[in-house]
Amino acid sequence: MSRRARLWMFAPALAGMVALLIWGLTGLPDFGHYRGPYGKVLAKVAVPERKATNVVASTTFDYRGFDTLGEEMILFSAALGLVVLLRELRGEEEEDEEADDDEEGIEGREERTSDALRIFGLGLVGPTVVLGIYIVSHGALTPGGGFQGGLVLVTALLVVYLAGRYAAMRRVSPIPMLEVGEAGGATAFALIGLGGLVIAGIYMKNFIDPGTPKTLLSGGVIPLLNISVGLEVAGAFALAFTEFLDQTLLLRGSGGDES
Amino acid sequence: MSFLPYAVAAWLFGVGLYGVVTSRNLIHLVVCLTVVQSSTYVLLLAIGYVGAGKAPIFADIPQGTTVVDPVVQALTLTDVVVEAAVVALLLALVMQAHKRFGTLDPDELGVMRA
Repeated sequence: MSRRARLWMFAPALAGMVALLIWGLTGLPDFGHYRGPYGKVLAKVAVPERKATNVVASTTFDYRGFDTLGEEMILFSAALGLVVLLRELRGEEEEDEEADDDEEGIEGREERTSDALRIFGLGLVGPTVVLGIYIVSHGALTPGGGFQGGLVLVTALLVVYLAGRYAAMRRVSPIPMLEVGEAGGATAFALIGLGGLVIAGIYMKNFIDPGTPKTLLSGGVIPLLNISVGLEVAGAFALAFTEFLDQTLLLRGSGGDES
Repeated sequence: MSFLPYAVAAWLFGVGLYGVVTSRNLIHLVVCLTVVQSSTYVLLLAIGYVGAGKAPIFADIPQGTTVVDPVVQALTLTDVVVEAAVVALLLALVMQAHKRFGTLDPDELGVMRA
C-alpha cells in the first residue's frame, strides 16, 4: 500500500478522534476549579492517618500502592525486554570476533578525555550519590522519593562515564549487581505488600506504626517502599544505559560495518 | 483564559501525532511518541489544579491549607516513569529493526518483509 493511500485511511480515524477529543475537553471543569472529591479527601486525611507529610508519596505508595505495584512490573518487564533484545544483538557481534576491538574502543575513549573533565567528574560523583540517597530516604517528608532519587543515583554512574571511564563505570556497576538491584527492588515491593496481607489481612496495607510526622521514619511502610523503588529504578535504568552504551561502543569499534 | 492549559495539552497531542503519522525515521517516531505522552502530563496536572492551591506537601505549610489534587500528581509521576521505560524498550526494538533490515524508515521495513 502506498504512503498516500495509508494517509487517506488514517483520515477517518483522525476525524473520529478529533470529535472525541473536543467532546471530552468541553466536559472538563474550568481550569482551577477541580471538582474531584478523592483528592480533597486525601489532602485532608493523609497526614493525620499516615503521618507522612508528602501526600503525593502517601498516595503513590499507600492509598494507590497496588497501582504502583503494577507500574513497578511494567518498569521491570520493560528493562528485562530491553536486555533480552540488546544482548541478542551483542551475541551476534561477538561471533564476528569483535571482542578485542571492544576493549580497544574502551581504552581509546579513556585516553581522549581531558584532566579537567576527569577531576570535575570525580568531584561530582560523591555529592550526586549523597543527593540521590537523600531524595530516596526523605521521600515521605519532602518532594522526592524512590523514582526521582533512583534516577539521581543513575546520574552518578553517567557522570563516571562522561569523565571518560567507561571501563570504570562497568567496574563500579557490574551488570549482575544491576540485575540483582532491579529484581531485588521489585521483589521487595511485592513482599512488603505481602507483609500487609500477613500482618493486617489486606494486601498493600500499611502495617508498620506510622510514627510522628516530620521524622525520617514517619509513614510506616512508605519509606521502605521508597527504598525498594529506588533500588529498582536505579537498577533498571543503569542496566538500560549500560546495554545501550555497550551497543554504541561495539558499533564504533567494529568500524561501521552497518553502513 | 481558563481553557488555555487544556489547549496546550491538545496541541501537544496534535503535534506529536502529526510527527508519528508522517515520520520517516523510527527514532524520530519514538521521540514524537514522547511528545504525545507529554500531553497527558499537562492534562492531568491541569485537571488537578485548584485555584491558588499549594503543592500537597505539608512539611512547611499548615494542615488545612488549600492544596492541588495529590492523586493526579501521583498518576503523573507513574506516567513519567512508565514512559521512560517504554521509550527505552522501543529504542531497543528500533536497534533490532535496524540490524535486521538495515534501514530506519518505517515504510522500507514493510517493503522488505513482503
